[in-house]
Amino acid sequence: MTTLVNEKNVQFNEEGFMTDFSQWDKEVAEMIAAKEGIPVLTPKHWEVINWLQEQHKSKNPLTIRKVGGSGITDIKEFYALFPNGPLKKAAKISGIPKPVSCI
Amino acid sequence: MEDLLLNDAPVINEVDQKEPVRKMNFILSKAGLDSVYACFIMANGARMEGIEAEIFFTFFGLDAVNKKRMEHLHVATVGNPGMHMPTVLGAIPGMETFATNMMKKQMEDLDLPTVPEFLEILEASGVEMYGCKLAADMFKLKKEDLFEGIKDIITVGDFYAKASGKGSHIVFI
Repeated sequence: MTTLVNEKNVQFNEEGFMTDFSQWDKEVAEMIAAKEGIPVLTPKHWEVINWLQEQHKSKNPLTIRKVGGSGITDIKEFYALFPNGPLKKAAKISGIPKPVSCI
Repeated sequence: MEDLLLNDAPVINEVDQKEPVRKMNFILSKAGLDSVYACFIMANGARMEGIEAEIFFTFFGLDAVNKKRMEHLHVATVGNPGMHMPTVLGAIPGMETFATNMMKKQMEDLDLPTVPEFLEILEASGVEMYGCKLAADMFKLKKEDLFEGIKDIITVGDFYAKASGKGSHIVFI
């Protein structure tokens, strides 16, 4: 599935996760966020997004518990920043694959 | 009679008509580590998918939120077919502690939180937790004796009222 963002073709899988991180930029993130019901990405959102991308680069599996211990945000705030399925939603916006953890 | 039954059968027009799960209501009635973790992981997993989740702690399940006991839960070695252990072996003194330590070690390796930490995570994730009134009366427990995240001690009727609604499911553990 391809979506046009600022004359750039961005590839997504059938669940809506980006398949090529090199296509990710802030505009793409904002477009995905709007689609996920987050109209404005605040500085806190960006901090979490950057942290998630770093974790993904370091091949650290992502869990809610890890987000809680990240020092960037706590679990309650994480749920408030990305309502209704925070880890999946935040991963989508960050352009990284769907986290496979159950916790 | 047969005709009547047939007429009452629901007609499903489209196979892919799915009713999304909106709320999971767990009843935790046991305090074995295996039961408690099953319940907590399912409730946390629901919240991670944007599904509402509630846990009703009843009977021995209250131990999982009893401040005095929640750090000392065990896995049962007797009468637990999942242990693949003859009952007589499970009854040997020290066996339950051994199995519990083994399980705790494995859970640590999997990055699973301890019971008290898991409760904090559930509360922060928006899982609503309630104690059962009858069980609390039976064990002489008050709200103050339970984990702070327990919102209230409620009756079975209150529980059902909270569980009502489309896409709401009840699971007994």
